[in-house]
Amino acid sequence: MNPGDLLRILPEVILTLTGVLIMLIDASLPAAFPRRSLGWVAAVGATVAIWASLWQLSLPVGTGFYGTVETSPFTVFFHVLICGIVLVALLLALDTLPEDSHHQGEYYALVVFGAVGMCLLTSAVELLVVFIALEISSISTYVLAGYRKHTGRGPEAAIKYFLLGSFATAFLLYGIALIFGATGTTQVYEIAHALAAVPNVPNLPLILASLALMLVGILFKVSAAPFHVWTPDVYEGAPSPVVALMSTAPKAAAFALLLRVVYEMFPTLRSIWSPMLWVVAVLSMTVGNLAALRQQNVKRMLAYSSIAHAGYLLAALAASASDGIAAASFYAAAYAAMNVGIFAVVTVVSGYDEKLPLIQDFRGLIYRSPLLGGLLIFFLVSLVGIPFTGGFFGKFYSFSAAVSGGAIWLAIIGLLNSGLAAAYYLHLAFTAAQRPTEPSANPPRSPQVGIAVAAALLFAVAATLVLGIIPGAVLNASQRGAHTLQPLPTAQTAPPVTLTVQPAP
Amino acid sequence: MNDSILTLILLAPLAGAVLIALVLAILPNRGKLPAWIALLTSLVTFGLTLHLPAHFAHGQPGFQFEFNLPWIDIPPISYHVGVDGLSLWLVVLVALLAPAGIVASWNSINERRELFYLLFLVQQTAMLGVFISLDLMLFYGFWELSLVPMAILIAMYGRKDGPKAATKFFLFTFIPSAPLLVAILWLYAKTGTFNFADLQYAIATGIVPAAPLFWVALAFLFAFAVKVPVFPLHGWLADTFNEAPVAMAMVVAGKLGLYAMLRFHVGLFPSQARHIAPILVALAVIGILYGACLALVQRDFWRFLAFAALSHLSLIVLGIYGLTFTGWDGAIYQILNHELIDAALFILFGALELRYLTSQIAAYGGLAARIPQTATLFVIASLAMIGLPMLNSFIGEFLILSSTFTGVSRGWAITATLGVILSAAYMLWLVQRLFYGPQSQLAASKPPADLRFGELAILWPFAVLMLVMGLAPSLWINTIENRTGPPAPPRQVQCCSFLTIPSQGPGSTTKEAQQ
Repeated sequence: MNPGDLLRILPEVILTLTGVLIMLIDASLPAAFPRRSLGWVAAVGATVAIWASLWQLSLPVGTGFYGTVETSPFTVFFHVLICGIVLVALLLALDTLPEDSHHQGEYYALVVFGAVGMCLLTSAVELLVVFIALEISSISTYVLAGYRKHTGRGPEAAIKYFLLGSFATAFLLYGIALIFGATGTTQVYEIAHALAAVPNVPNLPLILASLALMLVGILFKVSAAPFHVWTPDVYEGAPSPVVALMSTAPKAAAFALLLRVVYEMFPTLRSIWSPMLWVVAVLSMTVGNLAALRQQNVKRMLAYSSIAHAGYLLAALAASASDGIAAASFYAAAYAAMNVGIFAVVTVVSGYDEKLPLIQDFRGLIYRSPLLGGLLIFFLVSLVGIPFTGGFFGKFYSFSAAVSGGAIWLAIIGLLNSGLAAAYYLHLAFTAAQRPTEPSANPPRSPQVGIAVAAALLFAVAATLVLGIIPGAVLNASQRGAHTLQPLPTAQTAPPVTLTVQPAP
Repeated sequence: MNDSILTLILLAPLAGAVLIALVLAILPNRGKLPAWIALLTSLVTFGLTLHLPAHFAHGQPGFQFEFNLPWIDIPPISYHVGVDGLSLWLVVLVALLAPAGIVASWNSINERRELFYLLFLVQQTAMLGVFISLDLMLFYGFWELSLVPMAILIAMYGRKDGPKAATKFFLFTFIPSAPLLVAILWLYAKTGTFNFADLQYAIATGIVPAAPLFWVALAFLFAFAVKVPVFPLHGWLADTFNEAPVAMAMVVAGKLGLYAMLRFHVGLFPSQARHIAPILVALAVIGILYGACLALVQRDFWRFLAFAALSHLSLIVLGIYGLTFTGWDGAIYQILNHELIDAALFILFGALELRYLTSQIAAYGGLAARIPQTATLFVIASLAMIGLPMLNSFIGEFLILSSTFTGVSRGWAITATLGVILSAAYMLWLVQRLFYGPQSQLAASKPPADLRFGELAILWPFAVLMLVMGLAPSLWINTIENRTGPPAPPRQVQCCSFLTIPSQGPGSTTKEAQQ
């Protein structure tokens, strides 16, 4: 290892140090001392990590640690996205976690450690590092999902998520093992080289099995149908600030991994994975939207909506590498902005204890609190995909990519689905806009917006508007990323000498 | 000034909306302040729009007050605005109806005024944007945006079940705009541009393959026909009129869809429009009679107004799809007339509902003696709506019907004229039921409260305008005839994939071609 390698993982290093620092302070503080200020430490750490990621743009594109970790515009794009989400989620938690909680320190540390895993996941080009990164991010998320121990749903969500999640990770690991067996390496570029000669590659059945297993593992993480069943239950049981995080950041990381796997590792097997992803995209959109139509619980509805959005994003993968990666990256950013925003509003409105979980409970929100009601409607309008919001250009680029890749029907099914989706988003939006019923005995308290939450909401609104009105900058960044994530780039990372294909055991 | 005037017009209402939001943040108890800000903003906007007819160069082909700024690189969407004879008066009309809408809401909107006026002004921006956009994606953006404030306001202030009517309205317009978007993208894939004039040229010269154009044109037409609405697609209209706040209902139907038909269907796909015109003519005539017959039997005056509007809007559709120049003149002029008269009637109905708290026609009767000003203005508006000579509607209806008679088919023209007779029947019968005859219990039970100053200050100028537009139509028609001529010569027409940067900067050459 040379010292320059550390710069390749600078954001991860910063986040790790922040997390360790938080744990140390947490342990050394007296028990009665409020832990809220630790959240600010975490937020500062996330901000510094964003700057560090942007600084990494000045590094030459390449790998460190013996070809296991890569720095490129692609990884920077996702680093900034993930750290941005984490920052907003931290700000959100600062004001909404109960004051008397003794576990606040753990909460912030876990969020930051989770961010380390997610960031590493996007920059790893060695499948074992990928696996480790995925585990770091997943384990933090499992714990966070069960953070509300006093309710029945919290532990239920955590256990469900943990069991199904480990199962899916096992699939991924099995896939890694098979590809190692088939090609003798776990380095992404080397695998791509070994597969360059498809279909005249030895052990093709093993490789195909490996592709399928890895896709199952990753699609579980992005909650695409038919691997989505955990999503509604986990979202319902986990605290809303956690859902704001886990519905966006780990998914963005998993999508980055998916892009790397299909476009960088298996580009030659396009004829195999492309139809598979087509089916998964259509299933996700349709199942997600149809199920969301029938939900009464806001968080369950948004859970199904996130499944549908995974489908819209996967539609972009029907396109060629440069179009597909750019569109998918842009969609991940647009989706993150509006989804974090809407979960932030839901968190503030229904509170940490979620006294108001149902759509009907949101009735008259705009009369009670014009700001929150207006923001709720704003984010819903963006999720519907109305122009001048990020949701529009997200869908626009994704479906355009699908069309340019020849998947006309996928685009048409996607457009029909977004018409269907409008129905349930509008149901919530218009319920929130409706005049409240006659004042009841105990009117719902008017939600309070603190400074940290206000900053979080401001970030989300600004990001959604920027992506909808001037998408150029973000799109350029995602395109630069797409150019660095092309199959078989420079030979420096993958000398063909290492191509020692071993027979399967 | 001529370059930036349209941008100023577009931004003025938005600035008012931001101002209201700021006031809301600073002052906790603001009473009618948002309404005053909105009124002032709308008057300023109206003043700005008057710049357009004052400086419009007659006889000059093409778009005027044009402004073109590249906005998004990929795909090459530009902020390209401009008006011609078709859109000029519509822009003025939108700005004129804004103060009318605010006056109509002055006393009827008492909760969350700031939100109401904020969304009202955003709606203004969206509608103005639809009329001045010369870039198809920009147009599409404003077209979709115009749905949102409208739907939210219907949900917020609905009389009985706001969310239901709002959802109906939103989905009715939102779902057809999905094929519209696909069609726009298809055109882009074939031509590499979203610019209206370039597309018009590309289609006219046959650069675009003709066979799929039929479906593309149909997608455009379908989206616009729902918004007008044309006969079988009018399902949302009555519920929306019934539930929407008066200021919103008076702008929801008609002009957006009709303008889009003229500009982006007939204007962009002339030969496809010629093929489908006979069907549209038939539907329009059916709509005229169907709307008129249903208006005769309505018990609620909002639903009455919805079907009356359906009948009158169908007449304009007939003028458009007669595909004669006279018919188009008449159609555009009639859009102005219809919106003006409709707005007056909306204000009057709104005033009645505010004072007597019901929209059931049967509850009224014999009001003329108690509120004479209301009755007088109502009679003037009704006569204008019927198409009495010397009032504005007469000119428009005459142009449309005579052009249909000579240019399309005598049979359809005669059948459509039946609608005019029916229109006289339902309007006059309504006047009789509301204002004359024995005084109803309701009319006697309330203290007589005639129109307030604000309502009079809007309605009398409207009445005078109806008379002037009936006496001197050439003031308007001269400008209206100054529509865009034949397609302009091509600029860059290239094909490129989505998401890849075109080889040359988009929109860079647009300005020269205009000069």
